[in-house]
Amino acid sequence: MRTKKIKRIRFGLLSPKEIREMSASRIITPDTYGEDGFPIERGLVNQHIGVIDPGLRCKTCGGRMDECPGHFGRIDLEAAVIHIGYAKLIYKILMATCRKCGKVILGEEDRKKFLEDIAEYRDRQEDISDIVKLVFKEAAKKDVCMYCNELQQRIKYDKPTTYIEIDEEKRERRLMPTDVRERLERIPDEDIALFGMDAKNARPEWMVITVLPVPPVTARPSITLETGQRSEDDLTHKLVDIIRINQRFMENRDAGAPQLIIEDLWELLQYHVNTYFDNDIRGVPAARHRSGRPLKTISHRLKGKEGRFRGSLSGKRVNFSARTVISPDPDIDIDEVGVPEAIAKELTITVKVNERNLTMLQELVKHGKNYPGVNYVRRSDGRKIKVTASNYETLAEELEIGWKVERHIRDGDIVLFNRQPSLHRLSIMAHYVRIMPGKTFRINPTVCPPYNADFDGDEMNMHVLQTEEARAEARMLMAVARNIISPRFGKPIIGSLHDYITGIFLLTRGEKKIEKEITLDILYKIDVDGLAAPAGTFDHTSTPYWTGKQIFSMILPAGLNLEFPGKTCARCITVGAKCEKENCPRDAYVMIKDGELLCGIIDEVALGSFKGVIIERIFRRYGEEVTKVFIKNAARLAINYIKQAGFSFGISDEDIPIEGKEEIRIEAIREAEKKVEALIRAYEGGELEPLPGRTVDETLELLIMQELGRARDDSGDIAEKYLGIENSGVLMAKSGARGSLLNLTQMAACVGQQSVRGERIKRGYQGRTLPHFKPGDRSADARGFIRASFKDGLSPSEYFFHAVGGREALVDTAVRTSQSGYFQRRLINALQDLEVKDDGTVRDTRGIIVQFKYGDDGIDPSKGEFGKVVDIDEVINEAINR
Amino acid sequence: MEVSKIAEELRNLGIEEEVAELIASAFLPVELTVTIEELLEMQIEKAYSEDIVVMLGSGKDREVKLSEIELKLNKIELPEKIKAELKEKLKVKAVRKKLSSEKLNDILSTVLSKYEEAKIDPREAVGIVAAQSIGEPGTQMTMRTFHYAGVGAIYITLGLPRLIEIVDARKSLSTPTMKIKLLEKYAKDRNKAEELAMEIQETYISDIGKIETSIEDMSVWLSLDEQELKTRNIKREEVVTKIKGIDADILVEAMEDGQLRIYDKNYSNSLHDLSKLGKKVSTTLVEGIEGIKRVLVRRDKEEYVLYTVGSELKKLKNQKIDGIDFTRTTTNNIAEIAEVLGIEAARNAIIEEMLGTLNEQGLDVDTRHITLIADAMTMDGEVKPIGRHGIAGEKASVLSRAAFEVTVDNLLAAAVHGETDELKGVTENVIAGQLIKLGTGAVELVVGKNPRERVQGGKGLRAKG
Repeated sequence: MRTKKIKRIRFGLLSPKEIREMSASRIITPDTYGEDGFPIERGLVNQHIGVIDPGLRCKTCGGRMDECPGHFGRIDLEAAVIHIGYAKLIYKILMATCRKCGKVILGEEDRKKFLEDIAEYRDRQEDISDIVKLVFKEAAKKDVCMYCNELQQRIKYDKPTTYIEIDEEKRERRLMPTDVRERLERIPDEDIALFGMDAKNARPEWMVITVLPVPPVTARPSITLETGQRSEDDLTHKLVDIIRINQRFMENRDAGAPQLIIEDLWELLQYHVNTYFDNDIRGVPAARHRSGRPLKTISHRLKGKEGRFRGSLSGKRVNFSARTVISPDPDIDIDEVGVPEAIAKELTITVKVNERNLTMLQELVKHGKNYPGVNYVRRSDGRKIKVTASNYETLAEELEIGWKVERHIRDGDIVLFNRQPSLHRLSIMAHYVRIMPGKTFRINPTVCPPYNADFDGDEMNMHVLQTEEARAEARMLMAVARNIISPRFGKPIIGSLHDYITGIFLLTRGEKKIEKEITLDILYKIDVDGLAAPAGTFDHTSTPYWTGKQIFSMILPAGLNLEFPGKTCARCITVGAKCEKENCPRDAYVMIKDGELLCGIIDEVALGSFKGVIIERIFRRYGEEVTKVFIKNAARLAINYIKQAGFSFGISDEDIPIEGKEEIRIEAIREAEKKVEALIRAYEGGELEPLPGRTVDETLELLIMQELGRARDDSGDIAEKYLGIENSGVLMAKSGARGSLLNLTQMAACVGQQSVRGERIKRGYQGRTLPHFKPGDRSADARGFIRASFKDGLSPSEYFFHAVGGREALVDTAVRTSQSGYFQRRLINALQDLEVKDDGTVRDTRGIIVQFKYGDDGIDPSKGEFGKVVDIDEVINEAINR
Repeated sequence: MEVSKIAEELRNLGIEEEVAELIASAFLPVELTVTIEELLEMQIEKAYSEDIVVMLGSGKDREVKLSEIELKLNKIELPEKIKAELKEKLKVKAVRKKLSSEKLNDILSTVLSKYEEAKIDPREAVGIVAAQSIGEPGTQMTMRTFHYAGVGAIYITLGLPRLIEIVDARKSLSTPTMKIKLLEKYAKDRNKAEELAMEIQETYISDIGKIETSIEDMSVWLSLDEQELKTRNIKREEVVTKIKGIDADILVEAMEDGQLRIYDKNYSNSLHDLSKLGKKVSTTLVEGIEGIKRVLVRRDKEEYVLYTVGSELKKLKNQKIDGIDFTRTTTNNIAEIAEVLGIEAARNAIIEEMLGTLNEQGLDVDTRHITLIADAMTMDGEVKPIGRHGIAGEKASVLSRAAFEVTVDNLLAAAVHGETDELKGVTENVIAGQLIKLGTGAVELVVGKNPRERVQGGKGLRAKG
């Protein structure tokens, strides 16, 4: 199918002539429907300008309700009115042109210069408003017209639409819209170019409205209420007002009413036309509905987030999409999505019948609407037939080459999967369908980071692709496996998380001796080529065993070489010591040679999303398929092992023996409180030396904060000592699987200081935070220090302080989301058209060069190696060792 | 450059200059390893040929000379950064005699092909990727506006508010600050640093003395604090000249008790005038740069650095304070950098500031994205904000502008000016329901009448427009 393409859109003002020509009906009656329930001729919803009632036909084009797009009508205004959107521009033009001859009051030379400038800017597609501003400024300065020697008079602009001319003797005379129009008409065509206007597109006098176009009824459909009463659209209401006043004006004028009444009516007409265009002009009372609600008129329809531009044109609703809750399924592949059958039965892919798929499709049609089946069949002549329980058998038989079949989606189809907010391109990725029972979408938990998804009730959307090009593009560009590396920082965004990290961490930690049966259990469902030779035999027996590191090595691709310090690395180098590398006492140095893990514990740094050193290396060297398999295998391995080893974390894991609690209370907290008291005494005694550039009060607060911060850290250290390295919480924190030592400290030892705006809590009553304290009390307790742990429970005042601190965090998130949303919208809007051209430059739509070489070196951020373009060390080493 | 180098080596071998250059230029574009036979074939005398072969080395397993690395590197097209790193690392290997000519060629071609692979694809929508790469971490940033730069130091806006500030190209920042470094010779001298700090920090008369207005004799009395004067290194006479400098009509009398009497020559009885005079005196700048409210000396690694509250790069430059290394002085006010040091410096400052802000929050963003934003903001010579008043508001497309902000005004203006939307950008084509001409939308698939037949002269893909 060939579709017409819009090449360009030209904007301009409608001239009265054009409005008349395009008008299908001159509207004169303010009424809508007659007593018979049919639209009234020459009324606002008459059948010449579109139909909204089923069964009726358009009297202009003959189309039915959904065929006729509607036609414009017109109202011939008895009195001209100013177009509110151009009121200010009209004022500027009046000021800049001669009141007699209409020419722009500028000398020949200026004229030429300005015209040349405008032409040049236009040519470069740049904004000409600055030049036009200058034209207005210069021309308005002149007192006498140099062409006809007419003395110019000052014009006062009275918002919104009144112009008053003041003569030399300060006499005021109002310029009625007709006067304004006459003046604008006098401006010669060649002069209006100076205002950046063009006589063909926009003559200035067209800014004074004499004929008002009436939008088709289809653009302002009335709705029928339950009571059978018709309720008209706001625009129709406004148009009714305009017609009424227009008529009254005519009657009064023809009857020879006094000037005063005429002017009042004129003003009223102006008001209605103003609010018809824009109902929130400053200084003008908004036109209201009978109920008191302000009417939504034209500008409202265009403006803002829900307006025509942002709401209906930039954002569109689509078919072939589904939305439901997501839930995790570690057994499906990372680039799959589990789709409920109920959804699969609704979403279809159109397949053209050919000799090869005929039987298969016939089979599908025979299923009818049962999964896997067909919803519609389209015959060669284009007729669409719904597959029903009564016709599927005949349809299956009739099916022939050239027909089209809308079949249900099935395993292996590619779909787009998305979670809002779609902040980056990884928020929409292509997954392969897997039909499953249940009512939720299932995803592998490893793909949560790019979507920023969790399973606490998140919903996601799925879109079924409808063309072969789209499917090819999705496969080549949007597939999950192709997006393991984030373009933001060139490192993996998909990787192991949570228990997957814990599992591998436990597996590769220390020299685990694992017997054959368990080894095989751990490797269950992982595609490995046979079992490696056992690492040894158990003491005094011939029973072979395998080590955890060995088992992990089995999922590493052969030929992989890698060395890096893991998460548990103590960064010995920073304190001047030498890195022991493979002899690291903490086993923190990971060394992989030819796909064999020789030493080091595998943790978050190696496998985690956002870091994933191993994942990155595998991706660069072996490509996305191998990486995908590796991530999946690592996850499976971890689960299998953690199931073997057993791993849990409960409230009792936060228990610290009584002596530990005493130690925290006495050595960490009591000690700190003593120091705080000493500081306060020093402060009160005036002995506290202020820090440079700080007042004494600030210094005191700073030192107390420091002291109390240390108290929490110390109690955390003590808690860690008592919890021991084998504690599940500590294991998770150390391996990077989840949580931090700070979280553990707060749960087991001491919650610590609560703060508002980085300071201790000081608001509340005069001089104190709560009535429980004495005014002026600066002690730790009185200013929001929580000495209890979450496990022990907080005292009432501590609980309160915690809520105070927590509130700030809540406000923070609320403010941040809206701010960062707008920030991103602006960035996208400013940069969306930038593109790398074939010559390597980055340009905008006008062809203006933004960068001569993208990023100064022309490198794709997601294609480098370890943040560099090329890992030179590796290249050299490989070449030399070859 | 290469020619002259090779010529020089040939000359060292005793080959005449002219011949050397000729030979050098003949061989440069091709492989550097040549055989005697090849040289003889080119009618170069045998004696020379032997020398050349010795110089260039022959045979594949010979060791590579340093000059060869340089020469070959200069010939291939790689970004300077990679070249430098390669040169460094190859030289180490060459010195250790581990590098054969073959291996060198191997390495160079691998690096080159990896570089080619890593190049960005033409038609890539880099703008959108850049915007997303900065916008997405924005949601993760803390709002915590203030942050201590160490204990007892200066507040600096950080996080999302700072990013917004940079992108808005604001002229006045919420927390302007400068980082002033000292000349090498003073860099480790704490006293000099303190001295300079005092010299830069704005000091008003109210800071160094007590001011009282006396109705008795209709004058302002100033008693200077000797201690303050000493620490700030200000002489009494300086203060007096400063006060006299306010207005020619102002007279200063030094009293015996050290107080200064300040009064107006045109003696006035108005109380209002007196208090005005008092205010004038107290707000008179005695020393320092106006706008620099506080200066802190901090040790930064090996040297002492001055951190300021308030930023006045232009004044600092004009005052030419001895001891300050202006070339190593920075500010977080990009507008000032643009004014004083030019647009390129401003571009670099935007990159630095954005990277710094993101890294401080522990967020990793590739420099290239930030570079693109900085270039888009500075491309026509002035720092333009991203948003309605800057880049987004100046776009060629009416529809795109209307869809962004101030919809109605943009449409009205477009109508009057008879603007045409060429539908080249993203938003416009979304509005029109058409294919976006970026990335894969920029090319068309061309298929001949017979689909199996290759389209002549092309690989099937043809760029649009």
